[in-house]
Amino acid sequence: MEKIPILKLGEILLVSIQVDMHDRLAITLQDDLTARIVKDRARGVLIDISSLEMVDSFIGRMLGNIAAMSQALGAQTVVVGMRPAVAITIVELGLSMQNVRTALNVERGIEMLQRAVEESEEDTTHEPSGT
Amino acid sequence: MTKSTSRLNDILEKNEKEILDDWMREQLASGTLRKDLITESELRKQSAELLGLIINATRSGNVTEISGTEWKPVLDFLAATSKTRAAQGFSPVETATFIFSMKQPIFTRLKKEAGSNASVLADEIWVATVLTDKLGLFTAETYQKSREEIIRRQQMELLELSTPVIRIWEGILVLPLIGTLDSSRTQIVMETLLQNIVDTNSGIAIIDITGVPAVDTLVAQHLIKTVSAARLMGAQCIISGIRPQIAQTMVHLGVAFGDVVTKASLADALKYAFRQSGITVT
Amino acid sequence: MSLPGPETLELKTSEDVVRARQRVRVCMKDQGFGLVDQTKMVTATSELARNAVDYGLGGTMRIESLEEMGRIGIRLVFLDHGPGIPDIDLALTDGYTSGHGLGLGLGGSKRLVNEFEIWSKPDEGTRVTITRWR
Ligand SMILES: Nc1ncnc2c1ncn2[C@@H]1O[C@H](COP(=O)(O)OP(=O)(O)OP(=O)(O)O)[C@@H](O)[C@H]1O
Ligand SMILES: [Mg+2]
Repeated sequence: MEKIPILKLGEILLVSIQVDMHDRLAITLQDDLTARIVKDRARGVLIDISSLEMVDSFIGRMLGNIAAMSQALGAQTVVVGMRPAVAITIVELGLSMQNVRTALNVERGIEMLQRAVEESEEDTTHEPSGT
Repeated sequence: MTKSTSRLNDILEKNEKEILDDWMREQLASGTLRKDLITESELRKQSAELLGLIINATRSGNVTEISGTEWKPVLDFLAATSKTRAAQGFSPVETATFIFSMKQPIFTRLKKEAGSNASVLADEIWVATVLTDKLGLFTAETYQKSREEIIRRQQMELLELSTPVIRIWEGILVLPLIGTLDSSRTQIVMETLLQNIVDTNSGIAIIDITGVPAVDTLVAQHLIKTVSAARLMGAQCIISGIRPQIAQTMVHLGVAFGDVVTKASLADALKYAFRQSGITVT
Repeated sequence: MSLPGPETLELKTSEDVVRARQRVRVCMKDQGFGLVDQTKMVTATSELARNAVDYGLGGTMRIESLEEMGRIGIRLVFLDHGPGIPDIDLALTDGYTSGHGLGLGLGGSKRLVNEFEIWSKPDEGTRVTITRWR
């Protein structure tokens, strides 16, 4: 079965979507990612969509779901590399993706995740009980 | 109908060289030939090629229905030629003359070949007229479209020129907008800025509208959409220089800036941008 | 100039939805549309094709290149013979979904194109026609 590969880089999981995904493939990715976050104890997820020529309500929903689920599992998600034409279209479509963090490219995304991981570690050392 | 009975192909094929010579003479004498734009030998090459293609197409028996597949090479050639001519600056008349000046030479040959039978001659002349008129109109039409395309492109280029995106610091862009903003200009501004954000890897972009006299609802919405699109790409947009009058109109129009960061002046916006990027200014 | 003739694509599976948007992308490029226009039309295609597959029990998409009064355009017709939409105004409302979607497909597509027309009758099916001009 076709799958989108998930790479591990320290505490971060990296996904680069290179294909024009059909809906089942998108759902598979969502399931695989949540499973991997738990299995690898990941603290961050970086999704590179710079190859995507289109993001519709379905893929938008999937990205939002991944962000929400990873949050629930203690990991931050950053979506990077959205193309200008795609961003303009999404705004017109009405997708807000409010809960999804974004960065311009992979480097900036990783920086952002590392900062977020450090901050959450500081939080846990101050408040061992956590939330 | 014209299909099987016309002798046009026959006559063209037999007289190819004579027709080409006559046609060249017509074109050179027409007074509309632009010797500054095309050389005689080039023109001869083009004419010979077109005539050859027409003869090829008429061989099928279809001599007037130029939408048929056998005519495609002819139409492609004409489309390419009129496109180049439009770009080179030929006038519409000069371009159309290329085709219409072919009529007389063909008629002369038809008369020589079929002149003994008046009704046959009339039929053949009719067929040749229909054909050259159709080819001529097609040429004029593609010429017209190419001109429109050129004008459209020039307008776009002009618009892009009038939206200079400045990289003021590593990671910080400034777009100072000056003059009236209409919907189409705002749209181009939006696209240019977003592309620049990617190209320069800038996390912050300041849109300064100090130099904009008025903002209507549509333009305000475009600006807000730009900010939202930039956020989706991972960059932050700040709008600066909203004069009190514009702020008032916008509130009046019910435009909500929501969580868009706005600053009164470009200086304030810059201070904010530097602070965000961790650059200290003293 | 000679326009490519209309063509019709099947919409049965989610792979068909991918094929539909790829075909529309190529047509838009061929007709000289800019990148943003292409992306908007392809996204609308994805939404409407998916609706035909998910709610309309499968259907078809017809692509037609247009040329009217010197304007170049592309028109797409999504047709299915599914259950139809009982309340079109409600279906067009942002956020309304009868399933688990975001409810942005219909309303969003409408904003992405220049012309949007919807016809639907219970138990007969749904037809959405969209057009974008260059
Ligand atoms: N072809 C169709 N046949 C029957 N019902 C339809 C059809 N298209 C849309 N609908 C109905 O209209 C509703 C709204 O459609 P819309 O595409 O806007 O949202 P959605 O598909 O529910 O979610 P989203 O597209 O955001 O993932 C659907 O939930 C469905 O009930
Ligand atoms: Mg939908």
